[in-house]
Amino acid sequence: MDPVTVSPKDAETAAPSLEVSGLAYAYPDGHQALFGVNLTVGRGERVALLGPNGAGKTTLVLHLNGILEAGSGTVRVAGLPVAKRNLAEIRRRVGIVFQDPDDQLFMPTVREDVAFGPASAGLRGPELEERVLRALKQVGMEEYAARPPHHLSFGQRRRVAVATVLAMDPEILVLDEPSSNLDPASRRELADILRSLDVTVLMVTHDLPYALELCPRAVILSEGVIAADDRTQDLLRDQELMRSHRLELPFGFDPGAVDIPAP
Amino acid sequence: MGAGHAHKLYRHGPSPVHGLPPHCKLVAVFCFVLVVVCTPREAMWAFGLYAALLAAVAAVARIPVGFLLKRLVVEVPFVAFALLMPFVVPGEQTNVLGVSVSVPGLWGAWNVLAKATLGVAASVLLASSTELRAVLLGLQRLKLPPLLVQIASFMIRYGDVVTDEMRRMAIARRSRGFEARGVRQWRVLAASAGALFIRSYERGERVHLAMVSRGYTGTMPVIDEVTADRTQWAYAATLPVLALAICLLGWTL
Amino acid sequence: MHVPDGFIDAPVSVAAGAFAVGAVAVSLRGARRELDERTAPLAGLVAAFIFAVQMLNFPVAAGTSGHLMGGALAAILVGPWTAVLCLSVVLLLQGIFFADGGLTALGVNITVMGVVTVVVAYVVFRLLTGLLPRTRRSATASAFVAALVSVPASAAAFTLLYWIGGTTEIPIGKVFTAMVGVHVLIGIGEAVITALTVGAVLAVRPDLVHGVRGIAAPLKLRIDGELVDAPAATRDPEPAPAHRSARGFWITGLVSAFLLAGFVSFYASADPDGLERVAADQGIDEKVAEHGAADSPLADYGVGDIANARLSGGLAGVIGVSATVVVGTGVFWVVRRREEEPGEAPRDRDHENA
Repeated sequence: MDPVTVSPKDAETAAPSLEVSGLAYAYPDGHQALFGVNLTVGRGERVALLGPNGAGKTTLVLHLNGILEAGSGTVRVAGLPVAKRNLAEIRRRVGIVFQDPDDQLFMPTVREDVAFGPASAGLRGPELEERVLRALKQVGMEEYAARPPHHLSFGQRRRVAVATVLAMDPEILVLDEPSSNLDPASRRELADILRSLDVTVLMVTHDLPYALELCPRAVILSEGVIAADDRTQDLLRDQELMRSHRLELPFGFDPGAVDIPAP
Repeated sequence: MGAGHAHKLYRHGPSPVHGLPPHCKLVAVFCFVLVVVCTPREAMWAFGLYAALLAAVAAVARIPVGFLLKRLVVEVPFVAFALLMPFVVPGEQTNVLGVSVSVPGLWGAWNVLAKATLGVAASVLLASSTELRAVLLGLQRLKLPPLLVQIASFMIRYGDVVTDEMRRMAIARRSRGFEARGVRQWRVLAASAGALFIRSYERGERVHLAMVSRGYTGTMPVIDEVTADRTQWAYAATLPVLALAICLLGWTL
Repeated sequence: MHVPDGFIDAPVSVAAGAFAVGAVAVSLRGARRELDERTAPLAGLVAAFIFAVQMLNFPVAAGTSGHLMGGALAAILVGPWTAVLCLSVVLLLQGIFFADGGLTALGVNITVMGVVTVVVAYVVFRLLTGLLPRTRRSATASAFVAALVSVPASAAAFTLLYWIGGTTEIPIGKVFTAMVGVHVLIGIGEAVITALTVGAVLAVRPDLVHGVRGIAAPLKLRIDGELVDAPAATRDPEPAPAHRSARGFWITGLVSAFLLAGFVSFYASADPDGLERVAADQGIDEKVAEHGAADSPLADYGVGDIANARLSGGLAGVIGVSATVVVGTGVFWVVRRREEEPGEAPRDRDHENA
């Protein structure tokens, strides 16, 4: 699959990883979910996308790789507009890790699952093997390559799910609720992995401490628009703002009192 | 169809039979069973030889006899059917232990029992020496339509997931004091089946999204392929070829 | 009812295999048309569902239980093409991994349990939903009848194959009454569960029930004081309109029915005394009744409840007549439909390799 429509390499490096402007979308049944979202994520940034249920987070995510088509407005990934003619390249650049790893890991073995993306893009042979091994090493799962996914623990499955998109060398990694259903140890392991990656991250989550731990910057999506965009710590401290968007910190958690690991 | 987990049938072990390419084994087993089915039932000794052949394969594959026999339970309903035949088939009657039974019925029972048992035993040998994944690759190599292979592959991948969901629903039902005793509980079970269908279908849609997100456009990339050389084919062919020789003898003798 | 090796002779097994291959090939094309690139994951998950549901045991009375065959359920929920694919895959994997059903009898099993149940159930279901008012209740009722008819129909198909190629001469009339009789009873269970399950899905996600797509009234627009149908707007790319694919489906079904019938009459004329012999052997009922191995697991698998042959014979007669009526109406309906839309463009062939 040739990336025929890619813009020149130098222009690309200057462009931010993700550029959403004026994005509005209504489902065919008439229900409007997005009302003009503007969001720019720079190269290498890690941003948390916060918001109450029904704010349109999932709808937004499905626009990033063109599964949903914008009603109005545009989405650009590293300068390349999300449009029908670019879909193959866009889907290579945007790696979405879905919430349930069982949905994401659909091949009979871990190795084949990680190979699925690059193989769909036309990679074969030793080059493919090398790519698979590298992605599995990045998440520390290289020993499990030959296993069927349903023999892994939930945390391991989520790590493999991350590897499946890393294998495609994405420009931006989009994670949907990455910490859900993880025990504290798996949660920390995943955080270590995400911090070690040299890739732009957009993390959709309800888990505010996790957002604080991993993402220096956070945005709040509420009622179909970006309602706030600031340093994560400052956002979480603003109790008024948090309450008005139905976001609540866990009992006893003080965002001002934690040391943020260096980004 | 007994207890769910398909992979429990597989017995891991390094053996020449395990090492054979899956498509060779599939073809060999199929031809073997076909030959068995074509053997005249009067040649009783032939079926004995077939059984000996399978026993030899089991020995080479290091599959314990007990394991094999346990799996044969699958055919119990047909044993019952076969046992009934001597009593319902019309024809010349004879006396066995003081009970009047029909001769063609006895032959029919013997025919079904012998052939079905050998068929089941051959399948069990195949299943216990070949991994699920390998069988799929073998089917793919045998030119089963790719879409069918994909469906089978998804079914195997999600069989456990769906069965687990079903089990969790059963536990939830029982925790709330439900016990399936008779016809009156059908409505509850059917509601669970309906919910299970919706969950399965919606998961199918989500899986499709996940596939599309990774560049799926309708065809699966071929990541693994199995190949077999002439020696392996020859090795796998031993079983059906010997069986064919026995069968031909059975027809001529 | 999985048929093992050695039950049906080789020529008929091969013929049934060829028929099954044809049916699966046609279904592959049909499913592609209905589900496009979503076929593999959706059909795979539905196959997993059928596999799971077949393991779900429904208690019938103290001690005994039955399980769903699922043909009717699959046909109604996901449409005939996908249903045939799902059941074929389930049967294939059961044959290989569970030795459940012989490998050489795979064609027989797919034909009897996959194709026949699905075709019969879907035709009956569409027919009834077409005749009855478009409500949820009538959809559920139609599901009941469709499943009820599909199980004995599959038993009848098995009897037919056994008649042509059975390895042991059991009087065919007896096999027929016993098989169909027992399966009418099994069919009632299947029907109740199928109807309740379809009802449960209809209550939550009516859009997922393939057999009754568009049960919701179409939106109306008021233009110049008159109500006009609004253009349908759905979220997914609209699958081929149901009646169009259904028409092709019926034609295929009818053609294969005729082929089968032709095949059968050929054999029947070669063996003319098959049916006559039945009459001579009525004395056997009592013997079997004494022998009393009648209930037990066997009941699920056919020639069990022979003591009830007369009762089941009666039931079988009723079913047979209704099946004839249903098929007759079906032919009439298809013909009428064809006349109603004469100038329709030939269906675009998809280039996908099946």
